Amino acid sequence: MSEIFARPEVDRRTLLRRAAAVGLLATPAASLLSACVGGGEEKTQDQAEGTKSATNPLGVDAKAPLEVIIFNGGLGSKYATDVHIPSYKKSFPTAEVKFSETQEIGKVVQPRINAGDPPDMVNNAGAGLMDMAAIVKAGQAQDLTDLFAAPSLDIPGKTVKDTLVPGAYEQGLFDGKPFVLNYAFTVYGLWYNKALFTKNNWTLPKTWSEFTTLLGTIKAAGITPFAYPGANAPYYMYLAILTSAAKIGGTELLKALDENADGAWEAEPIKQAAAAWAEIGAKYSDKKFKGLKHTEIQLQQNQDKVAFYPCGSWLENEQAKDTPKGFEYAVIPIPSVTGSDKLPQTAIYAAAGEMYYASSKGKNPRGGMEYLRHMLSKEGAAGFTKLTKVLTVVQGAADGLTISPGLTSGNELLKGAGKDFFGYRWPDLYKKLDVEVQAATNQLMYDGGTADQFVTRIAKAAKAV
Amino acid sequence: MRRGKYPFIIGFLVVPVALYVTFVVAAYVQTFQLAFTDWSGLGPITYVGFDNFVTMWNDSLFWRSIQHNLFVLLVLPILTIALALVFAFLLNVGGGHKGGTTRGVWGSKLYRVIFFFPQLLALAIVAVIFGRVYSPDDSGLINGLLPAGTEPILFLADGNLALISIVAVLIWQSVGFYVVLFSAGMGSISPEIYEAAAIDGANRITLFFRITVPLLWQTIQVAWVYLGIAAFDCFALVNIMSVERGGPDGATSVLSMMIYRNAFEFSQAGYASALGVSLFILTLAFAALTLRVTRRDAVEM
Repeated sequence: MSEIFARPEVDRRTLLRRAAAVGLLATPAASLLSACVGGGEEKTQDQAEGTKSATNPLGVDAKAPLEVIIFNGGLGSKYATDVHIPSYKKSFPTAEVKFSETQEIGKVVQPRINAGDPPDMVNNAGAGLMDMAAIVKAGQAQDLTDLFAAPSLDIPGKTVKDTLVPGAYEQGLFDGKPFVLNYAFTVYGLWYNKALFTKNNWTLPKTWSEFTTLLGTIKAAGITPFAYPGANAPYYMYLAILTSAAKIGGTELLKALDENADGAWEAEPIKQAAAAWAEIGAKYSDKKFKGLKHTEIQLQQNQDKVAFYPCGSWLENEQAKDTPKGFEYAVIPIPSVTGSDKLPQTAIYAAAGEMYYASSKGKNPRGGMEYLRHMLSKEGAAGFTKLTKVLTVVQGAADGLTISPGLTSGNELLKGAGKDFFGYRWPDLYKKLDVEVQAATNQLMYDGGTADQFVTRIAKAAKAV
Repeated sequence: MRRGKYPFIIGFLVVPVALYVTFVVAAYVQTFQLAFTDWSGLGPITYVGFDNFVTMWNDSLFWRSIQHNLFVLLVLPILTIALALVFAFLLNVGGGHKGGTTRGVWGSKLYRVIFFFPQLLALAIVAVIFGRVYSPDDSGLINGLLPAGTEPILFLADGNLALISIVAVLIWQSVGFYVVLFSAGMGSISPEIYEAAAIDGANRITLFFRITVPLLWQTIQVAWVYLGIAAFDCFALVNIMSVERGGPDGATSVLSMMIYRNAFEFSQAGYASALGVSLFILTLAFAALTLRVTRRDAVEM
């Protein structure tokens, strides 16, 4: 989800500056060629540590300063300054919390990692995020096992891990150990304007034939029934295709994609889903959307020129400024493709995202972990949801909050799904494959491609991973 | 006095050379070093010999990117220089000669400003503006002008049009600078030469090809090298304008875009460095080749 918050528009000068920065930092001036690039030498830093107690299970040094850096994108950064930092300060009034924000997290943090002075808590998100696997591999992320085993800050009798929605903890595992907290909980579906649908008496589809019939009606009314941003976010679309595939054939096939198992992409349900969606692309969308960006299409939806839009639950907040009065965001699960789908119609793609980690080589790794514990408190989570209209991985933290129609609708979607929600991680694991699948998706949906082409092409790229 | 010459020269050179070595040479050396590693951009590095270059050789996107770079290399300098020469000629000499001086066409002072204007805009802004001009729906400047009901032209979303559309912007943006450059060159051509040719009965076309172009040859040569190097770059426009960043489906991918994505998105700094080395060699080869091929005795004035 995070990729969409800010579109990278880097000019050559920025690139050069960045390249120079990397080159410079990587070059201790003393000896050019023999120098070890990028902080390969172990620097041991004095790390703050206090005594453990019931109220301080992670052993934070109450006086040690803490440095927090937040990606300022679609979620803003107010949730940190107004909720989480005050919460931390309440527990450790003598600690100084240094806060900074950036739109290019990699550009700011990567040089500091290589210089051996990383911020203690990093919100690794946005288009310029760093490869999390690479950070873990480089030993820069703190093992969060202690955090998840610690008692929750304000939910009595539970460990932090117990308070999370299923799957959220697993999402942050690298080789079986937790290194990153995926904090925001995003639900995906087809977004529409409830007011428009009520006005036209359009009933929401549950089966594929209801779906196509409705799309036909919408088209006859002069509105583009369906669109996704081909220019910069075709992954909204492949997420929908793979959601359909998982509903047809069960979630095991997504696991196979994560493992990049042989023939995973050639599974029959993926072909079926691709074929069903290709028809939607050919009949109920328009190839001009291949050249449009997410903001442009979302604006068209706000103007009631586009009916259904596949997206995650950050959409409402992202569009908050442009949404006209009377426009009511709502979301439905993707309709079932066949009558014999393995998962119910209410099943959805829902996943924890938006990464936060503590630096293992910073000055105050314990403080970084403790900060994450404050984020995961019920109060911290509810505060985040209030300010961002995005759910968190803390179970039930948003219950009873009435903030906006889209958030309510998203929460209902999740409740309706019950245990039937799922996700995948392969785009994070195989980034080049992700690029290929996005291109293949545009070909399938907007260039009249076929399901077979789609599958064969991706399978070939998956083999090369 | 002569004894103090060297300290004097060295004193002047130390700072720029130090800056150059730190910010340019060191970065190049580093790139060559990293090209032989599998460094991700973070943490430890291991040397992998020529692996990155083997991968590169087998990477079809790499070859397509080179093709695109070469296409730009061919089209951009030829069209830009041709247009700039014609415009500069019209602005300076095109109005014929009266009362012993050659003049530009009517209103040439205004045109001069207009031509130079795009040069004043940052490339990123130009890219954003033309993104709007090319927009594939009614909000696009060009598609909005088409009569209602016609199929919109998918400038950037159509694989056959995308690269040409981007190159057109590049030409639009660069012409102004070369108009000024050539105008300056033409200003230094003595008016007597034109006069003499005109008395001999040369028309404007003959003047252009027989007098202007030969006397401007060195300037044109320099322009060619500059534009060639720009053609190897085109990062900003591709990054901002193209669909899927280098798409659709790789149709606008260029080397610089590949380097950027590998280094900062795919965490393959080693591979990106190898691509950088290839770009370095290509650029150098181009510059050397151009200077050699265009070597032609300058006309003595």
